[in-house]
Amino acid sequence: MSFDIDEQFSKMNDGEVLLAYKGSITAQLITNVLGVVETKLDHVIDKSITKKKIYNVLVESLQNLYHHVDDLPSEFNSGLDMHFGIFVVSKIDDQYQIRTGNFIKTEKIKSLQERLDKIKSLSRDELKELYKFVLNNQKFSDKGGGGLGLIDIARRTEGNVDYEFNDYNTNYSFFILNIKI
Amino acid sequence: MESISIEGTPKTPAVGFNAETGVIEIKGRSIPENSIEFYRPLVEWLEDYSKNPQKLTTVNIQLEYFNTSSSKCILDVFKKLESIKKARNDVIINWYYEEDDEDMLEAGEDYESIIRIPFKMIEVVD
Repeated sequence: MSFDIDEQFSKMNDGEVLLAYKGSITAQLITNVLGVVETKLDHVIDKSITKKKIYNVLVESLQNLYHHVDDLPSEFNSGLDMHFGIFVVSKIDDQYQIRTGNFIKTEKIKSLQERLDKIKSLSRDELKELYKFVLNNQKFSDKGGGGLGLIDIARRTEGNVDYEFNDYNTNYSFFILNIKI
Repeated sequence: MESISIEGTPKTPAVGFNAETGVIEIKGRSIPENSIEFYRPLVEWLEDYSKNPQKLTTVNIQLEYFNTSSSKCILDVFKKLESIKKARNDVIINWYYEEDDEDMLEAGEDYESIIRIPFKMIEVVD
């Protein structure tokens, strides 16, 4: 049986949900979401630093999603929008969780997985050095931040980042990133 | 040389670049999806300014948030300032961060270790 997006989305809607979204990921949507979540965080968190950390990670994870939602081919035929993605911001026990999901071409999985595993294995100081190295040496594409986003998220959350790849069809998988703050 | 004065928005910072006073300021949030567009004119301005800079250039950076897309552009700004300093002009960089915001302090230290100008770290207390 193939992977079911709706089932996955409802599974992600656990805990105290601040915001959940399923659909087209656009720049305007991200602007709106950041505004809404910031207002909500103002109400539920007193500590400005915690709020800032969550907001920072949210910006990176949503913009990462925005830059990497693969254009789905027309023959994909799933009834989903071309820039389809999902995300949920919630509080589970005493932790905030930001989860994002998007389609990824199966051929891209290996390199992404290697990058994530590497980032997860690094110490705080190693992440700092890697961040500085990429910042200073890597050319940025118009598309994104040259791979700094995931490093930045790992730095701010002390590596509290998990992921999974779910087979969708022969060419595509569904990638889920789970960040805990 | 014309000054630059840009008002802040929810995704882009307020900018004041003044060639006559040599004061360069970036304040607020810098979280656009595509930062290159926003920073290109600023880097070009600094390129021009570096041909005939003031004896002392004072730089005030006070960011509440910035994303990784902006981080490279901000480094480009600092690299232009580094070249002004290398040409034997004074450059002072003030890096402001909110009380207890260790991440923002560390971000300033990261830049300081890449470019060769000492930063003055200034904690802003409410």
